Amino acid sequence: MNTSTLGRPVDTDEKASALRRRRNRFNRIMLTLTGVCAVVVVVPLLLIFYYLMVAGAGSINLDFFTQLPAPVGEPGGGMANALLGTMFLVLLAGAIGIPIAVGAGVFLAEDGRSPLATVVRFTADVMNGIPSIVVGIFVWAWVVVWMGRFSLLAGGIALAVMLIPMVTRTTEEMVRLVPKELREGGVALGFTRWRTTLGIVLPAARSGILTGVLVALARIAGETAPLLFTAFGNPFWEWRLNEPISALPLLIYQYAISPYDEWHRLAWAAALVLIGLVLAVSLASRFLIRNPYRQR
Amino acid sequence: MNPKADPPVGIPEATPASVSAPPGGPGPFRRLFPSRQRGNVQDQVYGFALKGFGILLPVLFLFMVHRIGTSAWPAIQTFGWGFITSQEWNPVLRDFGALPFIFGTIVSSFLALAIAVPLAVGLAIFLTELAPRWLAGPVAFATELLAAIPSVVYGLWGIFVLVPFLRFTIQEPLSRRFGDTIPFFEGPAYGFSMMSGAVILSIMIIPFISAVTREVLVAVPREQREAALALGATRWEMTWQVALPYAAPGIMGGAILGLGRALGETMAITMVIGNRPDISASLFAPGYTMASVLANEFTEATGALYLSALMEIALLLFGITILVNIAAQFLVWRVSRRGGS
Amino acid sequence: MIMEKLSDAGERTVGQSPVRSSPSGNRPAPPPRTGEPAPDGGLAVAARDFSFWYGKTQALDSITLDVPVRRVSALIGPSGCGKSTFLRSINRMNDLIPDTRHEGEILLDGSAVYSSGRDVVELRKRVGMVFQKSNPFPKSIYENVAYGPRVNRLVSSRGDMDALVEESLRQAALWDEVKDRLDRSALGLSGGQQQRLCIARALAVSPEVILMDEPASALDPIATQKIEELIHELKDRYTILIVTHNMQQAARVSDFTAFFFMGRLIEIGKTEEIFTNPRQEQTEAYITGRFG
Repeated sequence: MNTSTLGRPVDTDEKASALRRRRNRFNRIMLTLTGVCAVVVVVPLLLIFYYLMVAGAGSINLDFFTQLPAPVGEPGGGMANALLGTMFLVLLAGAIGIPIAVGAGVFLAEDGRSPLATVVRFTADVMNGIPSIVVGIFVWAWVVVWMGRFSLLAGGIALAVMLIPMVTRTTEEMVRLVPKELREGGVALGFTRWRTTLGIVLPAARSGILTGVLVALARIAGETAPLLFTAFGNPFWEWRLNEPISALPLLIYQYAISPYDEWHRLAWAAALVLIGLVLAVSLASRFLIRNPYRQR
Repeated sequence: MNPKADPPVGIPEATPASVSAPPGGPGPFRRLFPSRQRGNVQDQVYGFALKGFGILLPVLFLFMVHRIGTSAWPAIQTFGWGFITSQEWNPVLRDFGALPFIFGTIVSSFLALAIAVPLAVGLAIFLTELAPRWLAGPVAFATELLAAIPSVVYGLWGIFVLVPFLRFTIQEPLSRRFGDTIPFFEGPAYGFSMMSGAVILSIMIIPFISAVTREVLVAVPREQREAALALGATRWEMTWQVALPYAAPGIMGGAILGLGRALGETMAITMVIGNRPDISASLFAPGYTMASVLANEFTEATGALYLSALMEIALLLFGITILVNIAAQFLVWRVSRRGGS
Repeated sequence: MIMEKLSDAGERTVGQSPVRSSPSGNRPAPPPRTGEPAPDGGLAVAARDFSFWYGKTQALDSITLDVPVRRVSALIGPSGCGKSTFLRSINRMNDLIPDTRHEGEILLDGSAVYSSGRDVVELRKRVGMVFQKSNPFPKSIYENVAYGPRVNRLVSSRGDMDALVEESLRQAALWDEVKDRLDRSALGLSGGQQQRLCIARALAVSPEVILMDEPASALDPIATQKIEELIHELKDRYTILIVTHNMQQAARVSDFTAFFFMGRLIEIGKTEEIFTNPRQEQTEAYITGRFG
């Protein structure tokens, strides 16, 4: 059966097979290059983690979590106030932003196609793209000017402005994933609309919404630019709403651009802690994605 | 969705259900909420509250435009168009021109895009077309991690790792060899430079671009791929000639989304770009961006006009990023709509 | 498509028991390999003990059959019987699906399709395929037909390409309908026209064998009739394998018919014999509509 029985010459022509070999070689080269792209992208990530571990891990000790920053020239000291400050800022931003964002998200999911919903959705998407520094300046021109001082409140509001559009859109998506049979079940039982939403739909979408909230909180916890002119930073313990407050990212920035080696070390350590926090929250959210309605 | 299940009723007042509402109560509310929640005050209040939350977003947005706009107004009045064409930035003489910052922002962002797009598209092709599942998962996760790293940490790493590396390994040899002939490589290798800014921006935007690209590549119908393969195309030819053109508008949208991020990025680039308001053709010379000048000078701005000039820069940055984001939104939306049909 | 294939395979295992327990449930006698040999005696495609698995689900079980040259062979059987899987194994389209494996051999013109050194690009150039859902590229009509010759560098000049596009469209009986709008988008054509365009696109690379995977299942009766007439005309030049679940269609267009059931080839023979005088009980049951 070596000769063709198909009435056509088998494609053994030298030129044709050379051409095919060339095409197959080009195919392999290009596909390999895409793999190289993947390596090039992943390498910086590994490098960042490597340097964080090498430069940061050595400076992390108990003092780091319990002490105030030491003045220049004095060894030791910690970042306890900045850790606490970041916690306060994120909690405040969550307390302000989450109710608004979840409400707006439910509104978008339930009122989907109305003109108002289209406007709100569009605004949320646009606000998601606003540079964080501009948010900081807006809150300065609003809250800081109004209060006459930098403050925890201003910082919390700035982070809330960042958080609201993110959580609005994820909430909308998650609520939309709830099967409409479930809603209809509620309505068929004679529930009012609000009772159906609060009692049936939101609980069903709970893990998805929580995931979105956690991801957003992790993101704002690492934000620096909106805090520069709002929370401002503070070398001492602070918890009052109307006083400036320190935050981990602010301290990293301040220490990184300082000329002191000791502060550089602390900046690396703080960055390691910040990354740890952000990743812990991100990973926690991953485990929450076991939303039963998420499967497509 | 259940509200749609109710038949639309033109004049809710005429329906019997309204009897259950307290007398006099529903009248004004009714007009705000036609037809749907007729007959239940609780639901009307609920709908009203939801709408209130929704409306808060556009209100906040408009308030933002207003606050920044009015703060920038004195500078707009004083400098007019000269603000964006003048290179002078001299707070002492109260002479403010934003051109060096606009230049720095645009050049660093587009350079970053030029680096990031090929890498991100290559990565996306690798993940969707080539990588076996056991590899694609971890690599995709690593890319997501890249997006989760705070900007200030990139900046820190940039100062102490990336900038020295670029300076001694890349810039100095290039400057020595080509410094006299190619203007891009001219002058001393500072390290803190336009190039460092662009590189760090590109690392930061790759995850966004590759995520969008992956999404649109996955949305290319299987039939299209099979048609190309069945005609004797290689895997690469199938990807390059059929899948990529099909996904092109979405990739474009992802790139513009990345551009929006790059334009507004503040901390990382402020920490590595060198912060000098000069316009130079050399990639090795320091630059300055709109976001950086805000971060550096805002709290130190003395005098109303100085502050107002910074506010105008914020307003410009605001405007540019909004336009860019709307463009990206539009492109991605168009692709997803086509993919769905 | 993956999903369809996977569920096909799933159904197969689920449906297994009833047949085993049926009165005639002994393993059917090995089917004859082929019907009459084609007049010129050649075999375009031959399968030898070919089995195929999606993951752990077996979709094909020891298929042995011969496909004669320049004839139309139809593969029939209930959904999930493996007929599409078999078709897609011939040009190794199943390679795209992760986690599959095979045993046995499929031969194209005497050489093994699955041998390790096989150039799948060359294989797919020789084996054209028309899909269930018409899938023109979102390009012009001309570019759709020209795509295959272009990637395979079959022609060198613009004039040759024009001629090849015209010839392919003529062979697909589409030329007269589209000759004035070759540069318009292929997506503007009707469903039947799109499917014939896909046939023209496959013809343009001069394949030896054309695989058709339910090419008319999404079309209206008139468009279906045109496709069937086209198949009839093409069989003078090409070896055609068509998968269909429409038995009338198989009877109308094919010279040979193979009946697949639950991953096995039950019977193969001349079409008129299969439809008038099937040797296997299962074939008869299927053809007379008692199941499937």
